[in-house]
Amino acid sequence: MTAEKQLQQNAGVVERMPWKNEMNMEFDAVSLNESFARVAVAAFVAHLNPTLDEVADIKTAVSEAVTNAIIHGYDNVYGYGKHGNSQPAYLIIHPGKVQLRCRLEKDVLQIEVEDCGKGIVDVEQAMEPLYTTKPEYDRSGMGFAFMEAFMDELEVHSRPGQGTLVRMVKKLGTYPLIEEGN
Amino acid sequence: MENFQIIDNCLMVKLPQEVDHHKSSYICERADSYILQEEVENVVFDFEETRFMDSSGVGIIMGRYKKIACFGGKVYAIHADPQIRRILCVSGLNKLIEVMD
Repeated sequence: MTAEKQLQQNAGVVERMPWKNEMNMEFDAVSLNESFARVAVAAFVAHLNPTLDEVADIKTAVSEAVTNAIIHGYDNVYGYGKHGNSQPAYLIIHPGKVQLRCRLEKDVLQIEVEDCGKGIVDVEQAMEPLYTTKPEYDRSGMGFAFMEAFMDELEVHSRPGQGTLVRMVKKLGTYPLIEEGN
Repeated sequence: MENFQIIDNCLMVKLPQEVDHHKSSYICERADSYILQEEVENVVFDFEETRFMDSSGVGIIMGRYKKIACFGGKVYAIHADPQIRRILCVSGLNKLIEVMD
């Protein structure tokens, strides 16, 4: 506790509620929403003046989690992406929604990405770098490794047949700026 | 916009602004058709316009590397900005391919 806060408490000043902000959204599990999702989260934290590296980390992690939900949760391997003649994209869309929840508490960002897709049988194995169930589609198997590398915390909860929840936490280094701004 | 060009025995792939799953299967498909038809030896990925890449981009590069490395071909990444270089390093791709300016 800083000396200033100690003084305020001694003087009977009630401490402010911690600074909080939440955002929830739900979108169709199709590939064009991947860029929408990561840009939305980047915009959500923009007022904290995050560094370029922090924004890049968050966008990559969100992109990985949302892409996993779309490709693996709902098997929308092709989505609405542009393709050659061999795979008309619109033929292979499975219905499904992805939920994205963000919560800022002071300078700590928590992101949850949830789907109601097919779930993961062995989470530990899925999280191993380079492990992928879809090598034939040029998936690198680096999704969870990237989320782990670019965020401070990563939790994965999944039940086969019911869906997957990915929770990530990252501390942004800019909280003093808000405190001054308030 | 992504763009494919053959110069000598080299396939130049200009990557789009954002390389993610949405774009990746199309890029893989186009690149592979050039590699098969034009007897491509080396592949160059040009990141000049690219500002975002996730593991789908790593998949694109890894897949093309596997296709040409067994014939002695090389993969190059050029014009990668610091964010892209980080992705290449974290994934370990910088040990398989040549990252140049």
